[in-house]
Amino acid sequence: MRPAPFRVVRNRRETHDTRTFTLEPVAAGARFTFQAGQFNMLYAPGVGEAAISMSGRAGTVREVAHTIRAVGRVTRTLQRLERGDVLGLRGPFGAPWPVSLAEGRDVLVVGGGIGLAPLRPALRQILERRERFGRVSLLYGARSPRDILFAKEIETWRGRFEADIEVTVDRASPGWRGPVGVVTTLIPRAHFDPDRTAAFVCGPETMMYFTVRELARRGVPHAQVWISMERNMRCGIGLCGHCQFGPWFVCKDGPVFRYDRVASLLGVHEL
Amino acid sequence: MHTLEPIIAELPLFKGMKPEHIQLIAACAANVRFEAGEFLGREGQPADRFWVIRQGRVALEIHAPGRGSITLQTIGEDDVVGWSWLIPPHQLRFDIHAVTETRALMFDGKCLHRKSTTDHELGHELLRRFAQVIVRRLEAMSLQLLDLYGDHRGEHD
Amino acid sequence: MPENPSGAEAGVAIERKDLDRLLGLLHARGYTVMGPVAREGAIVWAEVSAASELPAGWSDEQEAGRYRLHRSAGAALFDWTVGPSSPKCSLHPATVTLFHARRAGRDLELLDGDPPPAKQAFLGVRACDLAAIALQDRILLGGQVTDPLYHARRESALLIAVQCGRAGGTCFCASMGTGPEARSGHDLVLTEVMEDGRHLFVGAAGSARGAELLAELGARAATAAEADAAAAAVTRAAHGMGRTLETDGLPGLLARTLEHPNWEAVARRCLACGNCALVCPTCFCVTTEDFTDPAAGRSRRVRRWDTCFSVDYSYIHGGSVRSSIRARYRQWLTHKLGTWHDQFGSSGCVGCGRCITWCPAGIDITAETRALRRRQRRKEGSRAHA
Repeated sequence: MRPAPFRVVRNRRETHDTRTFTLEPVAAGARFTFQAGQFNMLYAPGVGEAAISMSGRAGTVREVAHTIRAVGRVTRTLQRLERGDVLGLRGPFGAPWPVSLAEGRDVLVVGGGIGLAPLRPALRQILERRERFGRVSLLYGARSPRDILFAKEIETWRGRFEADIEVTVDRASPGWRGPVGVVTTLIPRAHFDPDRTAAFVCGPETMMYFTVRELARRGVPHAQVWISMERNMRCGIGLCGHCQFGPWFVCKDGPVFRYDRVASLLGVHEL
Repeated sequence: MHTLEPIIAELPLFKGMKPEHIQLIAACAANVRFEAGEFLGREGQPADRFWVIRQGRVALEIHAPGRGSITLQTIGEDDVVGWSWLIPPHQLRFDIHAVTETRALMFDGKCLHRKSTTDHELGHELLRRFAQVIVRRLEAMSLQLLDLYGDHRGEHD
Repeated sequence: MPENPSGAEAGVAIERKDLDRLLGLLHARGYTVMGPVAREGAIVWAEVSAASELPAGWSDEQEAGRYRLHRSAGAALFDWTVGPSSPKCSLHPATVTLFHARRAGRDLELLDGDPPPAKQAFLGVRACDLAAIALQDRILLGGQVTDPLYHARRESALLIAVQCGRAGGTCFCASMGTGPEARSGHDLVLTEVMEDGRHLFVGAAGSARGAELLAELGARAATAAEADAAAAAVTRAAHGMGRTLETDGLPGLLARTLEHPNWEAVARRCLACGNCALVCPTCFCVTTEDFTDPAAGRSRRVRRWDTCFSVDYSYIHGGSVRSSIRARYRQWLTHKLGTWHDQFGSSGCVGCGRCITWCPAGIDITAETRALRRRQRRKEGSRAHA
């Protein structure tokens, strides 16, 4: 599968190490279809490919937003691209967030760090069809106030939609008036009925593990929790072997997994 | 019957305790209110009480010269503030600072100690429940220490 | 009991001296013939233009961490089992250029990479390697997304199996149900027979293409004695296996023992060199690498083999998920013998024994599995009595 050429429409700074950039197909009039939670393999010619989550409006779109944190050669190269630059794109890949399964239930979205990026399309979908869901809560944990992703947008959600939104930081900075502590500390107080809740959790693996534990303490069964896993990806289509996690290929069986399917594997070191 | 009893009985900290113990505890309790910016207590002061937050948010802070006041953790609704009253030397280890306007239930530590001397079961129950609070607080602080969202490249070589 | 190699059909007999005619037919049809040659102390796959290039009079001796070629008494062409390479080296090659990328103004142009080679006929595919090809077919062609590079090479490939007349020291195809009889997937199957001073191959077609070839070759029917001799050779191989692997309940055992101390014990000997993965005919992992050529204004994307033994294989920002050798060896074995079942519906091992032979530390996949099973049985037994 070859990369298709896409052009940079916008490259916006989110935080000191994270940028959101929006791409559109070079082919005039072409559109791109994807679901919340999926990712693309973005190709910087001569440098390499990286798996990047789509963080914007899902569906059939002309513009596709990706939120990228600079963690290596490829992501640093991608971040330096400017409006008009062309790169390669393969996708969409991966199992999406099962938003329709959450209809009629309370929804709990728990994000940690950059994990909020792949959750954002799902959250937007839920907020835009608000009447289909019960109580909606977003719990988000960032490293510090300056690392909060989509900070302005979160504030507009707070004002516009009927949803409980809590943002906490691991480390406070002067002037921060919000909660300080790991995101799991927000769970005991959150408003949801454990018997009819769907939870979507995304962030570093350790954060997801402890989040699900805290959710279980409140009575949310593993079969009602979905997480998004991350592993080294090369092909994105289940042929190169790199992203294996036990029997699963994270690129095609995931990255979104229902928790009960992976619970026993998450406890094994270095799997 | 003390008007605070039904509220105290429903708090996660005391849920499931015997009615006679709830009665004893209620006799040591009072409603309190703090304005945003007010201190509930300062580091080094005698620790003779604890609070359960009903509404608002309270920060545990340490003041470091050159760095100012650093917030270690905040505590919100239904959560317990203060365990130094239980354990010698009964001295506050941090500053306790109301971030927002805060309503809380205050519990008099000396009063509870007196009642625990005569009712050992009450004392045991309080200790057991506070141990849980401390463990969960420790667990949360450990996760905070891990700096889960930070960049840890090159550390594990 | 292996059946008559020709199955229900009557077998044919091809004299040793007529092998060149077979090669000639293949060349005439446009095939590059790949066959075994003795080179630098091993039997390897290479382009073959005449039957004289085949390894006459060579025999091999294989044990854990040991491979020796030596001269045998006779002139048999196939008195060895398998060498370090397999048809995988041609069908799923070690390096392939996927495409070139060129910047045209602010646009991006992609140009074709390596074209597929001329169609290949493989002469001398062992039953284990035939089974390995079937496994790779399942992975690379049987899923939702297929590999076009493999498809192009595989579709045109002609497979001439040659059944083993003896088993090697590290062979265990019988345990895996993949040999020594070549049951399916071949176009032609041959068995070398040397008896009473005669040297011939008893064979049968396995496909329409194979039948056409035999017809064009004009091979005569094999006699009953010739067919029996061929069957006896395969039976001899089946009963001479150097190793066995108990496969019963293996995936479940491996899933239950992920934290077993036995993995640490193997890890102390394992160098994580990846030899086992490189010689394995079913390992399919690949990675990509990009090269720039600023003078030409182009870059190149190359696909090459990779192995889960490499520490970078599982790298995600910050570090590798499997950084210890213990974790990497465990991944390789539990995937090959365990989770492969979940993914592809069968074991990933064909019992060729290459990983045992070519491991510099002599680590034996059958011994490790046996040790794990025995130790776990003891643990579960003692728990039952507690």
